[in-house]
Amino acid sequence: MSAVEPSSLRTNHERGALRFVLPVVVLTIGVLAWDLIVRLNQIPPYVLPSPGAVVRTLISDWPILWASLLTTLLTTFEGFVAAAIGGIALALLFSRSKWLEYSLFPYAIILQVTPVIAIAPLLLIYLPQHAAVVVCAWIVAFFPVLANTTLGLKSIDRNLSGLFQLYHASPLQTLRYLKLPAALPYILGGLRIAGGLSLIGAVVAEIAAGSAGAGSGLAYRIAESGYRLNIPRMFAALLLLSLAGIVIYMVLALASHLILRRWHESALGKDS
Amino acid sequence: MAEPAPVALDRNLKSDIAIRLRQVGKVYDNGVKALGPIDLDVRKGEFISLLGPSGCGKSTALRIVAGLTAATSGEVRIAGHAAAAQSIGFVFQEPTLMPWATVHDNVLLPLKLAHVARIEADRRVGDALERVGLAEFAQTYPRELSGGMKMRVSLARALVTDPDVLLMDEPFAALDEITRFKLNNDLLTLWRGLNKTVVFVTHSVFESVFLSQRVIVMTARPGRIAAEIGIDAPERNEDFRTSAEYAAYCRAASIALAHASDAKAQS
Ligand SMILES: Nc1ncnc2c1ncn2[C@@H]1O[C@H](COP(=O)(O)OP(=O)(O)O)[C@@H](O)[C@H]1O
Ligand SMILES: [Mg+2]
Repeated sequence: MSAVEPSSLRTNHERGALRFVLPVVVLTIGVLAWDLIVRLNQIPPYVLPSPGAVVRTLISDWPILWASLLTTLLTTFEGFVAAAIGGIALALLFSRSKWLEYSLFPYAIILQVTPVIAIAPLLLIYLPQHAAVVVCAWIVAFFPVLANTTLGLKSIDRNLSGLFQLYHASPLQTLRYLKLPAALPYILGGLRIAGGLSLIGAVVAEIAAGSAGAGSGLAYRIAESGYRLNIPRMFAALLLLSLAGIVIYMVLALASHLILRRWHESALGKDS
Repeated sequence: MAEPAPVALDRNLKSDIAIRLRQVGKVYDNGVKALGPIDLDVRKGEFISLLGPSGCGKSTALRIVAGLTAATSGEVRIAGHAAAAQSIGFVFQEPTLMPWATVHDNVLLPLKLAHVARIEADRRVGDALERVGLAEFAQTYPRELSGGMKMRVSLARALVTDPDVLLMDEPFAALDEITRFKLNNDLLTLWRGLNKTVVFVTHSVFESVFLSQRVIVMTARPGRIAAEIGIDAPERNEDFRTSAEYAAYCRAASIALAHASDAKAQS
């Protein structure tokens, strides 16, 4: 173990810097090792391309990859929005009616535990391709939003609810001024998970659709490049997918932090 | 959540009675007999305390008066005008503030729910915060306040609608003694200035005697009224707190409380 553990560092600032620097160091070492292995063993690019070859492909194939990235991001975004709206709306409905909750919640769970990769081919039969992809993204992503929002709505302070009752708040006022703000940290937590999941859902559906031939998203590019043994392009597309996932996560984490920073423990520093 | 309880607003109630309970009892759904039956009249402008051991149904009684819990038997009458939403203020044991809203917005809540015009509402929030000495903390978030300050915000919120009746459920129980004495004094000053009917729940003999004109001693569960002690002392200040008179009242209340618990134990 190293002599200086992060917890023993003196300032938050140093810790912040380290949390950024360490992963970069690991990345650099990894890429260098990868490059070295490819060079020393003279591995041909159709087996394992060097990092340089991947970057070169990324640049030379940029027009195709960029268009595919946009396609995938669009379906991801559509699936995400549908999951957000669907998850929150369902949770609100469930919180108003036990009947609805008891009748429908098991099916939400079934939808969640059935692997989407197995559902995707079916959806592609019954729905137009774009719709099928969005629905896949929605299926994987809506459950965390539903579950978290439900938890948030159940955690509302009983006395605060009493206060709203005392002042004869309308259901809409209670929703707007009590339920949504109180559940917000939970909702944002769910959305953060849903962001990554909708990307996964979109990718899975694209791969399933790929064999049907009409897709053009990044996952489709990966499958297609695989058939053509264009391994560098596979890697380039994979790299873009990871980057997209990271960016989605960071954007959602940042949004959540900005929204909650004035009042919620999760977004406050230790000393404040 | 509890169903909204129908608490009758009665304009014909004998003119000096603010709250009237008749044979009010509560049995919770799980079979716990929490309260009563109790009979109680509170006069307009009177400050009474409900004093009893933990779990004897004090909170239940207060929630019934506020209409937050339905009584299972008996009737509750509150003298008031038609604007029922405005006529009761409630202070919980915890500050019960919305952590996502500033002090100003927390106090504004009752007015916002009643659709009071913004300018008028802001003025009244300003007044209420002024009254509890928190005017310069209007834009602060609750987490930045001390326990005592949060309780003051809660009090300001209860006062902002200018209710006729103020119900307080062990509001200062979680505070340290110095803060509690300070808030006791401030509450009395407010009460004298505003002339409200106050029902104050506490398990502290000393607090109940210091604050109220009448101490209602309750038995252990199910809470019934065991004794009433009138506290006949016009001046409530630090002199009173250290006077022989105060000590005598406290002794009387303690004995009544012990009797109430004993009677229960034997029955
Ligand atoms: N919502 C509830 N459901 C069931 N039992 C309750 C509920 N609220 C309170 N009780 C029970 O009723 C009794 C009186 O409670 P409470 O009015 O809170 O007493 P106090 O405020 O005097 O401490 C207690 O035994 C408590 O456990
Ligand atoms: Mg209580």
